[in-house]
Parts: sequence; C-alpha cells; structure tokens
Amino acid sequence: MHRDDLGAEPRGTALAVAGRRDRRNLRIGIGGPVGGGKTALVAALCAQLRDELSVVVVTNDIYTEEDAEFLRRHAVLPDDRIRAVRTGCCPHTAIRDDITANLAAVEELITAHDPDLVLVESGGDNLTATFSYGLVDVQIFVVDVAGGDKVPRKGGPGVSRSDLLVINKTDLAPLVGADLAVMRADAERVRAGRPTVFTSLREAPQVPDVVRWVRAQLATWRPVQAM
Amino acid sequence: MLTSVLLLADSRLPSGGHGHSGGVEALVERGLLADVNDLTCFLNGRVRTAGLVVGAFAAVAALSRQEWPRWDWERWDAALDVRTTSSALREVSRAQGSALRRTVRLAWPDDPGLRGLDDIDQPHHPLVLGAAVAAAGGGHEQAAALAVHHLVGGAAAAAVRLLGLDPLRVTAAQAGLAPLADDVTAQAASIAARAVADDDSDLLPADTTPMPEIMAELHAAEEVTLFAS
Repeated sequence: MHRDDLGAEPRGTALAVAGRRDRRNLRIGIGGPVGGGKTALVAALCAQLRDELSVVVVTNDIYTEEDAEFLRRHAVLPDDRIRAVRTGCCPHTAIRDDITANLAAVEELITAHDPDLVLVESGGDNLTATFSYGLVDVQIFVVDVAGGDKVPRKGGPGVSRSDLLVINKTDLAPLVGADLAVMRADAERVRAGRPTVFTSLREAPQVPDVVRWVRAQLATWRPVQAM
Repeated sequence: MLTSVLLLADSRLPSGGHGHSGGVEALVERGLLADVNDLTCFLNGRVRTAGLVVGAFAAVAALSRQEWPRWDWERWDAALDVRTTSSALREVSRAQGSALRRTVRLAWPDDPGLRGLDDIDQPHHPLVLGAAVAAAGGGHEQAAALAVHHLVGGAAAAAVRLLGLDPLRVTAAQAGLAPLADDVTAQAASIAARAVADDDSDLLPADTTPMPEIMAELHAAEEVTLFAS
C-alpha cells in the first residue's frame, strides 16, 4: 500500500492516520541500535530548530521515561512537548508492527501544540528495526563507529533503506580501529543513492549536516501540504 | 466471517496490546510471580473474575449491534467503569479501547456500529472488541471468548518476555486453562444476553479480586516500567 493511501479514517482519530497531504506536520523517525546517539541527536535537533519551528518529541525507550528524562534534564524542550511510550520489552513492535500507542502519543501532542515537526525516537534496538511509514514520513537510522566498521556492510533494513543514515562518533574511529572510508563505501553500496552523513555529536553538537537534511525535508514537505 | 474474527483474535492485531502485561509486570517486580505455575494460578483467578466481566461486556456490545447508532453506549460504558475500581485500570482499558477502535475503524469502515464509536471519547476495550467482533460477522459468544482470550494471552506473552519462561510451557498452561476459559465465556455470554434482553446493566457481573487492582495502582505510580500496565 502506498503510504499516502490510508483510506477512510475515523473522525476522532483522523489526525494521526491522515495521509501526509492532509496535515501540516512532518514526522521524522529516529531509530538505531543502543548507544548510537539517538537521544543526543534528538536533543541536538531540538536545540537547533526549536526557535524557528514548533517541535514535539515522542520517545520509546525500553525504560519508558529515561529518554524523556534526558531531554527534560537538558531542557531542550518544555516537558509538555515530550511524551514517552512504554513498549513492553519490544521497541521494534511499537514503531513498526503495532504503532497504535505511538499514534496516540503523536495525536495528543498535535492536538496540544499543532507542531511543524514531530520527532519519534525509537528505543535502542538492533539493525533490523525500522519505522512503519504509517507512523513517520521519513526516518533517520543512527549507528556509531564504535559498533565496528562492518556495520554498513552488514546492511539490514535500517542501514540500507532509511531515508538518512547517520554514522555517529567519528571521533572514536581511531580508538576502535574503524575505517571511515570503508564505512562510507559500504554504505554507498547498500543504500542505492540514499544519503549518509558522518557526525560526531561530541565534537560538533550542532550536527549541521543532519539539520540541513531536516530543513530540506521540511522544504519539500510544505509545498505538498499547500496543495 | 471466521477469517475476520480470527484477525481480531490475533495478538499481532495492531491495538496496543503488546505494551500491556495484564498485571504481570507488577507481580514479577515484587517476586510474587516467578514461574509457569505462578502464572497459571494468576491466570486461573483472572479468568474467573476479570475474564467474566470483560467477556460479558464484550458480549453486550456484540449483541447490541442492531440498535446502533441509537444504542445507549454511555450507560454500559459507565457500568464497566464502576466495575473497575482501580482508576489506573480504567485508563488502561480506555487507552486500549481507543487503540483498537483506530484499527477496526479502518478495517471495517462502513460498519454502522463501529462508526457509532466515533462519538465516544475513550471507549472501554471490551465494548470496542465486542462491536468489532459483530462488525466482523461474529456472535456474542465469540466476542466474550476473544475478551477472555486476550486477557490470558497478553499476560502470558508478557510473562515470557519478563521472566524468560519457556514459551512452549506457557502455551501448554494456556491450553490447560482453555476449558475454564470456555466455561467462563459461556457464562459471560448468557449473562450478557439476559442483561440486554432486560435492558438492565445491573445484571452484569462485577467479579474482581483486590490484588490486581492494587498492583495496577502501584504499577502506574512506578518510575521505571517496561509495560504500560
């Protein structure tokens, strides 16, 4: 099924299941293995974009409030713009097979804040986890070089089919013996032209490449919703 | 009809169920449920009490299909509210009801009974389930059976995940409980039929035990939990 083509929606739940042409907010999923830097990336995006856009965040950490706590502690967003979804030990189920709890959380935030940008952060999972396009419009997959430079070669749906692949912690590459050139070549090979960026959230917390990509997504989004 | 009803019986049906442990997590955390025997005892009690209640309400919703959209939903909704003494459990039931409604409204978009649910803010899960079974072509006994089935299945799956129990033994335990579940289902369905015929919600069962209600409140107040309930 095409992702726009969701058919009839119930009145009360139309917000969250409406096709992308019917709503003004862009939803970005941010997934990837444990410890890659998903929450740090969400915090960075919020810090970079919150002054010009209305941003809300749904987190899916396996320890429920943990990621939401991190975001609150770093004061990147007011508390009422963050919602935590409990995933019952199955973070990938909550973002892929049964997205209803996440849709409800997104819907509540949309009703309360009418945001431009909805960031949905998955709980830390493995390389096979991806978002359903019933929940998000585009998705970023975050891995880090400390996981070994063979990660892009292994592929998996997150690495090969995400709309943006972020390879984080490039500052650690010399320490763990990871070859960034190998990672870049492997990523290009499995991603069929989809973009990959290398980041070090520690050295460049403004993550300019990712922010640029998000802005480009928003730019192509807006003309669509004006139709 | 059978295939449609089986869709509603499938634990993979997107309806938020995987995020709920049916009270198991709170017991596991306190060392009160530790193995397959404990789980079996717990489920035995749940089927006889909560199972009878949710089964009866699901059956009522399925039986009332003909009356929609004129059905007095709020009265039956309130009747389930007063039978759910823990406010945490009331919220859980309404959250799961809303999630299930989202899915079944898309699955059977033209069903007038399900369309009637749009006006309810956060409908209770057993009532949405019963309405969905009717939309799928099933009867009130099947609605009661599915309500009991999900009560057991959700808790059993959570116990496997939380304790690393042998899933084959857990399935065997569920099979062992099936005759009891069938009895409770038949009882729930016949009580529901009487309540609908007499138009009297007071006839519906209110069986419960304090422990799951208390555990649900403790769980809701917990800082770190894996399951929403």
